[in-house]
Amino acid sequence: MGRELATQERRKERLDRGIKVRTEGIYAVSSWQEVTYLVLPRLVLIVGLLLLPLLMPSLYWNRVISIVGIYALLALGFDFLAHFVGLVSLGGAFFIGVGGYTAAILNKSLGLPPALTIPMATIGGAIICTLLLLPALPLRGVYFAIVTLMYPLALTRIIEALNIFGGTDGILGVASFPNRWVEQYLIILIVIFALFGLRRLVNEDIGLVFRGIKDNDQAVRASGLSITLYKAIAVFIASGLGSLGGAYLSHIYMWSGISQFALDFSVIPIAATVIGGGGTLVGPLLGCFFLVPLSEFLRAFGTLRIVIYALILMGFIMYRSEGIMVYAQRKYHQFQRWVKV
Amino acid sequence: MDILIYGIINSFSLALMAIGFTLVYGISRLPNFAHGALYVVTGFGVWWFLNKLHLNYIVAILLALVLMGLVGAAIYRFVLIRVRGMATSEIIATYALGLAVLEGLRWGGFRGMTYTLPVFIEGSINIGGIPVDLQRIIVVGIGIVVVTFMWLFTHFNKTGLALRGMAQDEHAAMMLGIDSDWMAVIAMAMGSILAGLSAIALLPLGNIVVEAGYNVLILSIAVCIVGGLGSWVGAIIAAFMIGFLQIITVAYIQSHFHMVVALLAIIITLILKPSGLFGKQKELEERV
Repeated sequence: MGRELATQERRKERLDRGIKVRTEGIYAVSSWQEVTYLVLPRLVLIVGLLLLPLLMPSLYWNRVISIVGIYALLALGFDFLAHFVGLVSLGGAFFIGVGGYTAAILNKSLGLPPALTIPMATIGGAIICTLLLLPALPLRGVYFAIVTLMYPLALTRIIEALNIFGGTDGILGVASFPNRWVEQYLIILIVIFALFGLRRLVNEDIGLVFRGIKDNDQAVRASGLSITLYKAIAVFIASGLGSLGGAYLSHIYMWSGISQFALDFSVIPIAATVIGGGGTLVGPLLGCFFLVPLSEFLRAFGTLRIVIYALILMGFIMYRSEGIMVYAQRKYHQFQRWVKV
Repeated sequence: MDILIYGIINSFSLALMAIGFTLVYGISRLPNFAHGALYVVTGFGVWWFLNKLHLNYIVAILLALVLMGLVGAAIYRFVLIRVRGMATSEIIATYALGLAVLEGLRWGGFRGMTYTLPVFIEGSINIGGIPVDLQRIIVVGIGIVVVTFMWLFTHFNKTGLALRGMAQDEHAAMMLGIDSDWMAVIAMAMGSILAGLSAIALLPLGNIVVEAGYNVLILSIAVCIVGGLGSWVGAIIAAFMIGFLQIITVAYIQSHFHMVVALLAIIITLILKPSGLFGKQKELEERV
């Protein structure tokens, strides 16, 4: 009885910090304190990413950083599709595989250097993925998730059955990057560019349309806009990011094969997004920096690591579905205090 | 003749696999992406009861089915209820659960050729000059019984009617005093039992392998989409179409294309008639 009363008498109130309100307009530039408040989080992220290869100079960790970058691209694409357009993709491996094979084929059969194959695989892979996913786009509901789940599994079977693209051996001898610094800094710059590019995009007019499709597609239709077209644009962007990662992966390992359609590429981006905080775009990136090194530590356990991701994923989605970044942003922008009711 | 007989058997296998998923998704709108995992778990469960606890085969089967029902109810009660209504989270949560179970089994050493269930009755009979073993006949029999039972259940039983009411209009059903959570628990429990039943009928025909979990999930979804959500007739006809197409593909083209048939069926259905062959429910809501 006494406890009940106590909880009724006061509750937590959440208010924006004064500095947050002051930095919303152009007058933020009027004081150093406010400029710092705005720039610091972004600066920490960018500088941190750029310093990472220097802080971890061993060959092994260099490779891990590149892999984290690839997963980060996938996770950004997933977050963008799921939380800004309302399409849940269960097949990150599909984007990786298509991009990886495209880059490897361009490199091996036409002899193009990585500087050409990566952009071509990005655009080409995005076109292929968008065309293949097009049937599911005019529909609402779980169809998109189902179709993206099926493509990686089906493409693996097709490649095995027809014995095309090197069959089960894959395509060997793909050209590599000139040196490991280029390999790492290129992917880090791409990730930073993709992150801030997407953030800009979702705040433009087209981002408003995307969110409209997620929240109320009939309203978008009533405005005379084609939902399928906008969904296709969003899928093109996300699959382009994935294909870019896939092309990068092929060139890093100098190999492309059916293991690029493996489940890891589908599960880790989803888990990273849920842990990091969906809808923030930065969250998935941080989630990848936590999950991918964990995956490296767990490599000895084989498929147990997929079990661990799946369990982390379930735990977060059931009990802490806001994720780390949403929590951190709230702490940064707002304060709490007890008030009497 | 070959194609006709094995086509019918394959179609009934598909119908059995899919009916649990159809019940849960088509009727209660819960996308149970752990369906394949439940299928495989039942197989290993029965195997474990038989070979480690040395139970009678029938006892082992009944025990496994009861456990499956409890597991299904528990999945709803402890996992799905927390994310109900958020389509994204529902999909991710059940998919993650299925993944954890399947990959956990793979890691636990449940792979290879060593895990098989005995057939119910040994022997085979000749139909039109083609030997068919009795287990396959039993699969067809169980398929017919289950489909008939489910049709009767959802048309003439109060609980079954309530399930369909939930599917058609959740708010109206709740106003009539139907408890939405309780119905969903029942649907999940029945769906899991049906997944287990199909596993018990089908697994004696081959080895128990983890990959079957993914295949069963995909085939169930294919049948469900091609047939149209919430339509029993559609699901049966879709099972026959995909079943025969698969057998014809295996006979004339290549056995690897088995799964590709299911994918193509889904894609073509989504392009031509997204609500499925006989789907009337929610037809307008699915299409944007």
